[in-house]
Amino acid sequence: MSEDTIAGQIHHSRVHDSAHKHVSGEAVYIDDIPEPAGMLHVYVGTSASARAKITGMDLSAVRTAPDVVLVLTVDDIPGKNDISPLSVGDDPIFAPGEVSFAGQALFAVAAETRDAARRAARLGKVDYDEREPVLDVGQAREAAVCVTEPHRLQRGDTAAALAAAKHRLQGRMTMGGQEHFYLEGQVAMAVPGEDDEVLVYSSTQHPTEIQTVVSHVLEVPASAVTVETRRMGGGFGGKESQASLCAVLAALVAKRTGRAAKFRLDRDEDMILTGKRHDFEVDYDVGFDDDGRIAGVDFVFASRCGISADLSSAINDRALFHADNCYYLDNATIASLPLKTNTVSNTAFRGFGGPQGMLGGERVIEEISFALGLDPLEVRKRNFYGRTDRNVTPYHQTVEDNVIHELVAELADSSDYARRQQGIREFNSANQWLKKGLALTPVKFGISFTATHLNQAGALVNIYADGSIQLNHGGTEMGQGLFIKVAQVVAQEFQVDIDHVRITATNTAKVPNTSATAASSGSDLNGMAAQAAARIIKERLIVFAADHYGVPRQQVEFLPNRVRIGNQEVPFADLVKAAYMARVSLSSTGFYKTPKIHFDPDTGRGRPFFYFAYGAAVSEVTVDTLTGEYRVDRVDILHDVGRSLNPAIDMGQVEGGFIQGMGWLTTEELWWDDKGRLRTHAPSTYKIPTCGDRPKDLRVKLLAGRDNPEETIYRSKAVGEPPLMLAISVLHALSDAIASVADHRHCPRLDSPATPERVLATIENVRRREGLGNRP
Amino acid sequence: MREQVRFLLGQEPRELTVTDPTMTVLDYLRGEQRRCGTKEGCGEGDCGACTVVLGRLNDGRVRYEAVNACIQFLPTLDGTQLLTVEDLKRPDGSLHTVQQAMVETDGSQCGFCTPGFIMSMFALYQGTPNPPQRQEIDDCLAGNLCRCTGYGPIIAAAERMYAIGDRTGDAFRRLAGQTVDSLAAISDQETVCVGDGSRRFFAPATLDDLADLVLAHPDAQILAGGTDIGLWVTKQLRILDTIIYIGRVAELAEFGETDSTIEIGAAVTYSAAMELIAGHYPDLGELFRRLGAVQVRNAGTIGGNIANGSPIGDSPPPLIAAGATLHLRRGKDRRSLPLEAYFIDYGKQDRQPGEFVERITLPKPDAGTQFRAYKISKRFDQDISAVCAAFALRIENGRVAHIRIAFGGMAATPKRANQAEQCLSGRPWSEASVASAIAALAQDFQPITDMRASADYRLRVAGNLLRKFFIETTQASAATRVVGAGNFAHV
Repeated sequence: MSEDTIAGQIHHSRVHDSAHKHVSGEAVYIDDIPEPAGMLHVYVGTSASARAKITGMDLSAVRTAPDVVLVLTVDDIPGKNDISPLSVGDDPIFAPGEVSFAGQALFAVAAETRDAARRAARLGKVDYDEREPVLDVGQAREAAVCVTEPHRLQRGDTAAALAAAKHRLQGRMTMGGQEHFYLEGQVAMAVPGEDDEVLVYSSTQHPTEIQTVVSHVLEVPASAVTVETRRMGGGFGGKESQASLCAVLAALVAKRTGRAAKFRLDRDEDMILTGKRHDFEVDYDVGFDDDGRIAGVDFVFASRCGISADLSSAINDRALFHADNCYYLDNATIASLPLKTNTVSNTAFRGFGGPQGMLGGERVIEEISFALGLDPLEVRKRNFYGRTDRNVTPYHQTVEDNVIHELVAELADSSDYARRQQGIREFNSANQWLKKGLALTPVKFGISFTATHLNQAGALVNIYADGSIQLNHGGTEMGQGLFIKVAQVVAQEFQVDIDHVRITATNTAKVPNTSATAASSGSDLNGMAAQAAARIIKERLIVFAADHYGVPRQQVEFLPNRVRIGNQEVPFADLVKAAYMARVSLSSTGFYKTPKIHFDPDTGRGRPFFYFAYGAAVSEVTVDTLTGEYRVDRVDILHDVGRSLNPAIDMGQVEGGFIQGMGWLTTEELWWDDKGRLRTHAPSTYKIPTCGDRPKDLRVKLLAGRDNPEETIYRSKAVGEPPLMLAISVLHALSDAIASVADHRHCPRLDSPATPERVLATIENVRRREGLGNRP
Repeated sequence: MREQVRFLLGQEPRELTVTDPTMTVLDYLRGEQRRCGTKEGCGEGDCGACTVVLGRLNDGRVRYEAVNACIQFLPTLDGTQLLTVEDLKRPDGSLHTVQQAMVETDGSQCGFCTPGFIMSMFALYQGTPNPPQRQEIDDCLAGNLCRCTGYGPIIAAAERMYAIGDRTGDAFRRLAGQTVDSLAAISDQETVCVGDGSRRFFAPATLDDLADLVLAHPDAQILAGGTDIGLWVTKQLRILDTIIYIGRVAELAEFGETDSTIEIGAAVTYSAAMELIAGHYPDLGELFRRLGAVQVRNAGTIGGNIANGSPIGDSPPPLIAAGATLHLRRGKDRRSLPLEAYFIDYGKQDRQPGEFVERITLPKPDAGTQFRAYKISKRFDQDISAVCAAFALRIENGRVAHIRIAFGGMAATPKRANQAEQCLSGRPWSEASVASAIAALAQDFQPITDMRASADYRLRVAGNLLRKFFIETTQASAATRVVGAGNFAHV
């Protein structure tokens, strides 16, 4: 305790509130909660076929397997056989009559042990009448079935601009999806209550959605279902809608048997039967002038959505919203094609379509650079949104807070971009087998849920008579440091050391009707809601103090851990005690809704985003042209978080997001066989970055001295998703290195993930276009 | 026969009657012991969330090694000390130096991988007196996946623990004498036999006892490090009726060198043998550095990597190229064969019922022999090869006097490139000969397409690796590698 400042004040680094529990193994995740006596374990039997009619299902061996207590099929669901996040009825718990992807759940079994449940779940005998599955974007384009309505952004006259442009080129690119690989897999435990009540502990980013789907499946009111989430072992979007299956089956078993039930997926099934980041195929047609300025562009973003809508509509929308990245597209048509496939339903993943949109936009910039023989950075700068003109997006929102010019200038300078580019040219001319590449790419990411109604949040702050404070809000903690940030806000409001602010599990009984902790919005929304709650109580305390001590309210001031009232200072706890004795309410909810935003999906016009977060990165790589192997040598990042609430936490988000993005674009490859079975369903085959993949030289800085011009929580900016897209610089640096094998005369068109195989194939493609043989 | 498994849990001696011989150490900890700090991330030894540390007696001292608890069977703990994250805090409740360092560098975000990282770092801290270099830290942590941090703060913690800690005053070092005594007290020469009657787990302590047991139970599954067999249980849910574990057999854990050879017992782990082998075959050392990660190399054995006959094991290609000999034993009978002869076909090896791998002889390279090994995978660390290649070459009078080329990932077994070798043997070591050998690889191999690589890439990169070998043996100054020795820093 200090006289001058509180511990945990805002804008200062503060370690994660659970750090000491993380390192000692004492932090409790769902599977660590002491199990109620008699608890059952749930597991699912899954489809071997990607698309088939089920002509027979014999579960007798499942029912008679040792320790089996209950077998559930589609006939045992009291309410809806649907866990779709938007309640559109296309996400069955159990495949109803026909299966639509390999690995889809067919039935569930509850047994005395998890081992018994897993073994029994493999004993189902299912007869399939096989149909031809639609597996990838190419096949889906032919089948032409969408999971949700395609959308289009339109500004200006694209066709005319393209026709009139001095230069014009077309192309198609592909980009892979991504598995979340949260370290803690999907898990839920349900404890039956009285009447129709049930308590569900779920590892979810969206407790309210779990509450909703459980209530629909059990056919009980939402008020009967309580969902609690203390923390997740990682989420990344993968526990937004995908946590439902475990939760509803645990709840169903609990209500059917009267015993607690837990469903924890093994890693392999987790990867097979929960959704991933969408892979996309992007077609572009761009017209530009001699300087490389874009006159008009037409994009089609076709994505593999899997079997159902899930969140694909908003994800595809966000891809469209980010195809412009930092660039002014004078005349633009940007359309989505959310395709249905016989693969697991793809879902939210950090960036939510934004990375895919941005990657498409950056390919166009790269194509223009090669077509004109210009440095890509120069082309980027020439196309940046202007500050006062050339500043309207394809969705007709004016970019008001543009910092990209200064940010990129500062980064190009601090990273020594120009001199290093020269050095790399020299390296490449001196080396025949290894080639280096360098690229700077910017990021502009729109902050807010694009579905406007989701931009609301609630909080509950209780002060107890001893002066200790309990904080609750609708946001969930998945490692991103939301809880500590919001606790800092409350500590700041009351001017108490943060140790006095008790952080509690997210619980639908405390704060109802919450939005997912997603869209980077966690601290923006919940920080404001908690601040509102704290200020309501604070106002009551001020009124009470002024009255009780007989001073004007202006003379009541909250100082660190004490309150000055007129000429005296009272410890915070004493004031609270006195207020309690005087029957002052010391509990309040708080509520926040983001101002200014609106969007009409039918017209493609509005202001979907409250503000933008910016950043840029410079990556340098070395490529082995004989094998396609490569290493990321150095990365410089400058990222805009407004005025940071907690710089240490924000740095963690920036670095972690960057590395995760790098994984998406490099080593992480999802691979299905020709039967539609995912064969990269475990860390042995699906390769996220390891320690050694982190660039040996990684320099991260937060943009200094830039408050968020919008009135966000203490002028900070959202940080969860935007840094992921800094990794696009890695892909472009690889492309730059590849291009050097033919003196930068051909745009390599390096698709992602850039595995060594894809890099080598791209090198050979460039060499072929140059008229060189296959081998260097 | 001893019918209990004896080990130390922390400092506390445990004697267990194990009825489920393939219960994993992880399930034992989380279930029976309610030590929930150790997490399950993948159940296949590939993410490190379940990392625990085993203390073993080694020359009168305790050597601490990180292993994956999720694929380690409980009876394999016999004679060891098992430390988990719960053992680290000081008696006064304060954090161990390793834990404190992690807090101070903001090394945890979601926290789920954190206990595993802590245990890997703890093993490093116990075993390495001096602050490690970045490469050492990367290698130490390659088997621990983190999806949140991007690793920077964790690397910083591994550095910081040396800055803030009094390593010599560490509780585990102070207790070392007591631990040595406790471990010595539970060590014996008795064969351990546990199980429930229908499933049995034997852990003999002597080579002769092992030979007798394998002969008596020809259908038994022989188990070494368990980094492969563990997954049969955790993923395929296989029931293994009889297991014979070789990890307690002291003779099989021996390795050493003669004037002309390196001798490696069948139970020697990669970790144990790496340094000696790397001294003679630097590229094989580098390959082992990238084989699995620390936890896998601490458990996995070179003998097991050979015995299981996998077409994608990383040990066989370089050992074949180097001319290694495999020694098998059946009862009292012993026989030896060139390593490549052991691999007959996919899933089929030249090992008779009742026979087991006893030892590998790796000849030291002749003066003048050039040896290279390469591993192609999507990720450098802890990945399985798409293609593994090894080359041994000696040139005499301008011609190829000796050439052995072996590949993994190119066929149903690890295999020599006979046609390619023939294109080179006796010929000048030149562009032209190498080009013809590269073309001949298509006759040697018809690789498959799978999730690791396409057939096309496999064949092309195999040829390019031969080319790289040519470049490295003819252009000393050419930079050819992005990892390992000779890689280049940024400009």
